[in-house]
Amino acid sequence: MIPNDFDYQKASSIDEAVSLIAQGDEDTKLLAGGHSLLPVMKLRLSMPAKVVDVGQLQELNYIREEGGALAIGAVTTHQQLASSELVQQKAPALAQAAGVIGDPQVRNVGTIGGSLAHADPAADYPGAIFALDGEIVVQSSDGKRTISAKEFFVDLYTTALEANELIVEIRIPLNAANQNSCYLKFPSPASRFPIVGCAVALHKDGGNCQEVRVGFSGVGNAAFRDSAVENALNGQSVNDQAIANAAAQATDGVDVLEDANASEDYRRHLAKVFAKRALTQLA
Amino acid sequence: MGNLIGKSVKRVEDKKFITGNGEYTDDIKLSRMTYASIIRSPHAHAKIRSVDVSKAKDAPGVVGAFVGKDLADQGIVGVPTGWQVNFKNGDQMKEPPHPILATDKARHVGDAVAVVIAETAAQAKDAAELVEVDYEVLDAVVTASKAMEAGAPQLFEDVPNNVIFDWELGDKDSTDQALANAAHVTKLNIVNQRLIPNAIEPRSAIGDYDPSRDQYTLYSSTQNPHLIRLLMCAFVLGLPEHKVRVVARDVGGGFGSKIFHYIEETLVTWCSKQLCRPVKWTAERSESFISDAHGRDHETVAEMGFDSNQNIVGLRVKTIANLGAYLSTFAPAVPTYLYGTLLQGLYTTPAVHVDVTAVATNTVPVDAYRGAGRPEATYLLERLLDTAATELGTDPAELRLKNFIPPFDGVDQPGYQTQVALQYDSGNYEAVLKKALEISNYEQLRKEQEEARKEGRYLGIGFSTYIEACGIAPSAVVGALGARAGLYESAAVRVQPTGKVSVYVGSHSHGQGHDTTFAQLVADYFGIAMDDVEINHGDTESVAFGMGTYGSRSLAVGGSAIVKSMEKIKEKGAKIAAHLLEASENDLEFAEGKWTVKGTDKSVGFGDVSLTAYVPHNYPENLEPGLDFTSFYDPANFTFPFGAHIAVVEVDAETGKVEVKKYFGCDDVGNVINPMIVEGQLHGGIVQGIGQAILEGAAYDAEGQLDNPSYMDYAMPRADDVPDFELERTVTPCPHNPMGAKGAGEAGTIGAAPAIVNAVVDALQPFGVKDLDMPLSPQKVWRAIQQSS
Repeated sequence: MIPNDFDYQKASSIDEAVSLIAQGDEDTKLLAGGHSLLPVMKLRLSMPAKVVDVGQLQELNYIREEGGALAIGAVTTHQQLASSELVQQKAPALAQAAGVIGDPQVRNVGTIGGSLAHADPAADYPGAIFALDGEIVVQSSDGKRTISAKEFFVDLYTTALEANELIVEIRIPLNAANQNSCYLKFPSPASRFPIVGCAVALHKDGGNCQEVRVGFSGVGNAAFRDSAVENALNGQSVNDQAIANAAAQATDGVDVLEDANASEDYRRHLAKVFAKRALTQLA
Repeated sequence: MGNLIGKSVKRVEDKKFITGNGEYTDDIKLSRMTYASIIRSPHAHAKIRSVDVSKAKDAPGVVGAFVGKDLADQGIVGVPTGWQVNFKNGDQMKEPPHPILATDKARHVGDAVAVVIAETAAQAKDAAELVEVDYEVLDAVVTASKAMEAGAPQLFEDVPNNVIFDWELGDKDSTDQALANAAHVTKLNIVNQRLIPNAIEPRSAIGDYDPSRDQYTLYSSTQNPHLIRLLMCAFVLGLPEHKVRVVARDVGGGFGSKIFHYIEETLVTWCSKQLCRPVKWTAERSESFISDAHGRDHETVAEMGFDSNQNIVGLRVKTIANLGAYLSTFAPAVPTYLYGTLLQGLYTTPAVHVDVTAVATNTVPVDAYRGAGRPEATYLLERLLDTAATELGTDPAELRLKNFIPPFDGVDQPGYQTQVALQYDSGNYEAVLKKALEISNYEQLRKEQEEARKEGRYLGIGFSTYIEACGIAPSAVVGALGARAGLYESAAVRVQPTGKVSVYVGSHSHGQGHDTTFAQLVADYFGIAMDDVEINHGDTESVAFGMGTYGSRSLAVGGSAIVKSMEKIKEKGAKIAAHLLEASENDLEFAEGKWTVKGTDKSVGFGDVSLTAYVPHNYPENLEPGLDFTSFYDPANFTFPFGAHIAVVEVDAETGKVEVKKYFGCDDVGNVINPMIVEGQLHGGIVQGIGQAILEGAAYDAEGQLDNPSYMDYAMPRADDVPDFELERTVTPCPHNPMGAKGAGEAGTIGAAPAIVNAVVDALQPFGVKDLDMPLSPQKVWRAIQQSS
């Protein structure tokens, strides 16, 4: 419960934060809500020499429509996202994912940027970011770059984020499928992290599937888009049979995690069940 | 007497707790305090080649570091167990030492090996990382049945096959005969899994040696301050008891896990003497998982025989109990005296035999955990009953009603002598089940179940009818059984000159609401306001003696001690009142806080009498001043609460997830002082039972590593895991204590787990699932459905 000694610096601006991490020192960690970093520090699994706190930066706390996308500041809390009418309307899957993270105390403090940077394979957000075709905007002393979900999530606790980069924004495109999206999870009884988290965005036109995106959290080493399900449903008439057929493809060709909560076969089965339930809910 | 008994008075202690003004052991700050960090074995079984604390000693802020040899060199062997059980052949049980810090071997993950003490907790933690322990890792064994096998790793040199004792109770021959002749035998292999208690407050202890008076104070988060003092003084450190004070301030939950004398209590006390400074140790949560005594962990084969009329004719039980790496304070008693003796259940079973083998393994020691033996007994009985009902094609409620012991009040009808040593005090078992059937609208539930099945939804209804032995315990009885202490209780009632009342009671409160219930009892008896009563506990300096709070004993035993002292005060008060009123004692009646001469308006108040007792100018001859009595109460028997619980669950067959939809219960805990507190105890207990049934379970791998050592992996029940509870009570008073109270602390836990599992198995009947071991995790349930269908 007692971390090792470390230096603490509170950044007063994005520029200052970026300059404080400009050396790209692996021993420097960014702190926002602290719900991923502090527990591992208390267990001394992570022993940073320096912690740079960006959690209070108001310039990173916003939800707005901008340039055809929903733009979300990196230190926006889960609770702000879950309760935002704008997010509920334009990207309900994201609001729903935010609303089932942890408990009220966690949601009031934890941030979307912090969660994405930590890249826990069982975090709720990544599946939703995939399904919503979201992007992550990061900034360093060299400037900004925008990273797709597919590039961003590399592996267990591993992202494309460089040590000198700060997540500043998450961008969710405004489109018909994202507006008709949802997130369902089957939580671990202990941690309440998803054993399977399934986000789906579905655009139907005249009963036919124009566009469908399916993202999974908790199923593999990193979150992923499930193209097998998407391909099976795209262009099809959306009915129970088509949904069942498509959902049955879930996790095909994907390496699936195995742990105390779920063996590989059980987790694959749950992925299919939750793909079916999510698609059914949107159909 | 008054009007407070039976009222749901709000808990007077809650204000301090919910405003953050409780004082827990870790809140105590003494001047010159130092902080201990304990180095624990990461291996389940390892020879300790060497422990080197030299680097740690040189680290910043460190004031001391000790290893097992330092204590052994002073002749300190370790902490003892408090109970003895003999082998069937009469040999004394094996009692290997439990050293304060391991010397030759570490025997479980979490076994303490060294301690580092520093000026701050952070410095102690940093320095602890510098301690170098050279381990030679040995094969480990974690499952009791495997530990008994030939060739299994041996924990101790002189405990062959790791068997601590074997034990039996009941008539083996008649039971074998009954089962051989039975028309039907229901047999189950049952694992009652290991649980980790998880009180919200981690354990904490401060040793404070005072060289000026050569006295020791131990502050500890314990349920049991006097017994800790006795054990530590007489059996561990050899300290004179009058030089040692043990203080348990507010304690944040125990559930049994804080009954026992832990090595850390001795360690901080001893270290404080070495350093002449106070030494505090507070467990981190990860430390609690591997150092608080665990609960349950039985492997059992149980067989119940029925005649052709569905009457139970015999019960045969064979249990292997895992006691972990060392014998904790109550450990030998739990799978024997608190388990085997309860196997009669509520039934007229004419032949019962239980055989128990207790085994050491490379796991955290196992000891009493809410219910302690009784949940294990009830679980197997009630699983057998519901399974038998299915096999016999009869209704589980009908099968129970047919086999219940008929009602007896213990006054006009004698107590019920069981086949397994105990004599039940009073009971009306069919009444609780009938009430539970009524409030659950049972017939309607069965119809709903049938309708749901047609829609592909799987509802299940499960029963549990339980009895437990509380109010532990008559000293002579437990002494004969092997307890190394008597289990009475003490209470001093001190009426102050102004008529305010200070009560000093041996029953420590750590969530039970004693400050309220005992105050209600006293205020009601004397006809005074509750505000005029103060309940004191948890300090060996002010309380005469106490045997601890556990086994649902506080009201039945501690409350009875209070009543005894109050009776003496009333008797003496009457003498003073008679003198003041110039009347005969026999002409007085005591009510509403005053003594009145019968048939007149002449009276004298409680406060006037108390003032007179302390200012005895106008006073009876030959009567001592003062109004202050201490009493010890040793119960005549255990008390036997009972009840009937009905759970309704729905299983999502696609995912295997169990949802507890409804929960009904009718409990009989005898007379009740505060119904709200009793209901709270039942609610909390039921939640813990549901936790065992569907969520909890310590998972050791074959190497002895705990795979779920944190809340990330160990599932505790939360509010949204449970439904509202619909509870009723019947009242069958205990005939042998003055309040007629039986105890309510563990009833919910005992009743709940089998009701839930029975309900899930009932839900899965269409898939042919007959049995499942707890916890009923989604994966386990889903796989059972896959395998059966």
